[in-house]
Amino acid sequence: MLAKVHVTYKKGVLDPQGKAVHHALSDLGYTEVQQVNVGKYMEIRLEGVSEEEARTRVREMCEKLLANTVIESYQVSLSPAE
Amino acid sequence: MKCAIVVFPGSNCDHDCYHILKHVFEIDTTWIWHKDNADLDAFDFVILPGGFSYGDYLRAGAISKFSPVMKAVVHYANKGGRVLGICNGFQILVESGLLPGALMQNRSQKFICKSVFTRVEATDTPFTNQCTAKPVLKIPIAHHDGNYFASDDTLKQMQDNNQVLLRYCDATGNVSDAANPNGSLDSIAGVANAQKNVMGMMPHPERSADPLWPDLDGQLIFKSLIQPR
Repeated sequence: MLAKVHVTYKKGVLDPQGKAVHHALSDLGYTEVQQVNVGKYMEIRLEGVSEEEARTRVREMCEKLLANTVIESYQVSLSPAE
Repeated sequence: MKCAIVVFPGSNCDHDCYHILKHVFEIDTTWIWHKDNADLDAFDFVILPGGFSYGDYLRAGAISKFSPVMKAVVHYANKGGRVLGICNGFQILVESGLLPGALMQNRSQKFICKSVFTRVEATDTPFTNQCTAKPVLKIPIAHHDGNYFASDDTLKQMQDNNQVLLRYCDATGNVSDAANPNGSLDSIAGVANAQKNVMGMMPHPERSADPLWPDLDGQLIFKSLIQPR
């Protein structure tokens, strides 16, 4: 099984990288861009667990290590391993 | 008086702290390797030094908080032991939950290395009790992730409980956005836990504590710790 984890800053937390990228996109003429959030993407391969267990355990990994929940939120999606 | 300096893989201010405590203040100083689940009870205070432990992978301090030694540090702190985290040490303390808030990348997205001024906001702590006559300290910073953040509720609790110990300011002690080098919330440069036995600070007091150097304000932080209780 493959867990895809996205970690981004929470709403209300200033994202200096997102702001800089937004600025650069505006300079390039992409004036329709309203907001950019830059985050982290992680792929975690798992074996020997059910989808339900995988979801619970990957969320636990996020809480313990992968995200700092003071400033970041996370999203987990699961798919069969390629 | 005995103190310990924790060494993580990637710590790079451990020797500076050791030099100041051992040779300038002549304190019995010991290095503790991060893999030791050491008994820290014998020490009067413990320092988590600056550096780039574990290469700052994932987030600064995120991996270090699971080092074996951190169990001992948490145990020591929970029993009332005094712990000072400097720069990366501060990042490890917020990641481990011993201090509130988080440290994000500087708003300029640049590494900043320069001397700054900080205002001492409370002097009734084990870390700042020698600062009564000198409320503005000139101490260098050197970091990429020093932008302090906490939720509104946490910030209010900290303010109500006088846990904000250092704030960035100008040479005369005025706190302003212009004197805030990294975008820290409320210009926060150093905080304590609610019990005031754990402190984290981004400025490096060990870099302004050797008498060979004209700036000695960092000495006051160490003198506060060394002061008999």
